[in-house]
Amino acid sequence: MTADRTKESLRDAYGATLVELGEKDPTMVVLDADLSGSTRTVAFGNKFPDRFFNVGVMEPTMMTIAAGLALGGRTVFASTFAVFAAGQAYNAVRQSIGYNRANVKIVATHGGLLVGGDGGTHQMVEDIGLMRGLPGMTVIVPADAPTTRAAVRAVADADGPAYVRLTRENLPTVTDGAFRLGTAPELRSGSDLTIVAVGALLARALDVADELARVGVSVRVLDFASVKPFDEAALLRAARETGAILVLEEHSVLTGVGALVASTTSESYPVPVRRVGVPDVFGESGEPWALVDRYGMSTERIRDEAWELLRGRGKVQ
Amino acid sequence: MVEDVPVDRLASLEATAREIRREVIRMTCAAGGGHPGGSLSATDLLTALVFHELRIDPADPARPDRDRLVLSKGHAAPALYAALALRGYFPRSELATLRQLGSRLQGHVDRRKLPCIEASTGCLGQGIGMAVGMALDARLAGRPSRVYAVLGDGECQAGPTWEALMAGGHYRLGNLVAILDRNGLETDGSTEAIMGIEPIADKFRAFRYHTVEVDGHDFRQILGAFAEARRTTGGPTAIVARTVKGKGVSFMEGQHSWHGKAPSKAEAARALEELGVPPEGTAP
Repeated sequence: MTADRTKESLRDAYGATLVELGEKDPTMVVLDADLSGSTRTVAFGNKFPDRFFNVGVMEPTMMTIAAGLALGGRTVFASTFAVFAAGQAYNAVRQSIGYNRANVKIVATHGGLLVGGDGGTHQMVEDIGLMRGLPGMTVIVPADAPTTRAAVRAVADADGPAYVRLTRENLPTVTDGAFRLGTAPELRSGSDLTIVAVGALLARALDVADELARVGVSVRVLDFASVKPFDEAALLRAARETGAILVLEEHSVLTGVGALVASTTSESYPVPVRRVGVPDVFGESGEPWALVDRYGMSTERIRDEAWELLRGRGKVQ
Repeated sequence: MVEDVPVDRLASLEATAREIRREVIRMTCAAGGGHPGGSLSATDLLTALVFHELRIDPADPARPDRDRLVLSKGHAAPALYAALALRGYFPRSELATLRQLGSRLQGHVDRRKLPCIEASTGCLGQGIGMAVGMALDARLAGRPSRVYAVLGDGECQAGPTWEALMAGGHYRLGNLVAILDRNGLETDGSTEAIMGIEPIADKFRAFRYHTVEVDGHDFRQILGAFAEARRTTGGPTAIVARTVKGKGVSFMEGQHSWHGKAPSKAEAARALEELGVPPEGTAP
């Protein structure tokens, strides 16, 4: 019952947006760590070779060099895979970029299990938790190409460090690209249940919401691309107005948006919250969407969790 | 390479360094913590930078074309704070607040609290990378700024130090100078016993640095190396400065135990006496 939607590469959208930003801002620089073809920063590098630094396999030092470049007043983008950007380079991001409040935008491609065949070593499922825990770090997880374009422009316009997590897989276009920092657009209105969806799972959230609507269940869907700052008002309104929240993220349930939603609502307006995401395990090699299914984020599982919450609220038998 | 420096200039730098050493002792004693050993070994290098080599102006501290000093061994903060205060960047009285709650003088240098600091450092192996970024920035912008990074020798065991040095060599950053405070000791003991970094000058050379070895407590040699670095335009320069940890205080010299330990009041009084401060109660 999946809606027929056009799929687009988030990475291509990123590369093209970098070129657009580089044309507008002649001081902007971009760094990569030997993955410029995969991250698509190569598009910027081809266009502006003097402002592109492919530093090779030295992710921590890519971050420290990026910080040094930024402290002179430049906007700096640095890209590599999420496992290297948030994992390998963590303390360089923490001290040189975060603690120094350097104006560096880390755009990490290949987040989550959707890396697929490369396996668990490269499937970064802890990055949202690591990055949203850093003081002053903006964290964005776009669900599609239009939001990627808007988010990359938004972080370039804002002063300060940012982490944007992209997905390797092409994703269906589900938003109108009207992304704004700190807002959670309501893609479906509803009153029986809210699904908070992050990144690649937003399309599945919409599918389940539409399916439930056909049997008379009204599901609200919030696009939580802006993880930090997050839209606390929209979240608490959803808690108040729908009484239950299901969180979908292709990330560890221990430290991701599910944890954020549960802690925020429990402090301010406690309602039942269920988290669909990666359990406390590493991934493995496999076809990307088969992995997502296998690790507990299948459409069936999402539907079951939704029914569970609805039954708990007495909305259905 | 020995620079021909006027005698009164040398005497002035030596007097300033002695004053900075006294402040390091007073600050760490008052704070009850800090890193006197590596501050004292780097004092002459920092004095030479802040009072001679760097094109900086306390009256216009943010001018874009200023030279940059990155203290990659951020734990030598007391020595840099004292140098910058004496140079006129902030009141000397503020030195007494080192490590206290609400102070701008953090345990490791912090640019957000104290703007005359160019880069916040502390966790090792990162300042040199930031310095590479700053040198690239200056070159891209066509600014004459030169970037000086002061590294510790324990820090040379860290992989990212060599990543950053590799990048500085690869990009042929003629405006970058890496200065190694080679005092031979890290927290737990001798670098060569723990994880040897020698032959360190050869390593810098292999990473495409014009490399100069100096006595890091001899101002003529230090200034000579800086002058040589300025003449070296095709790539970066490394200055391997042989130093003594705890330099200037007899009971601290060559003792790794003074890496991260503050002197007691009695020890501070002894140290200050050695540094030319008359003991309390004696006539001036």
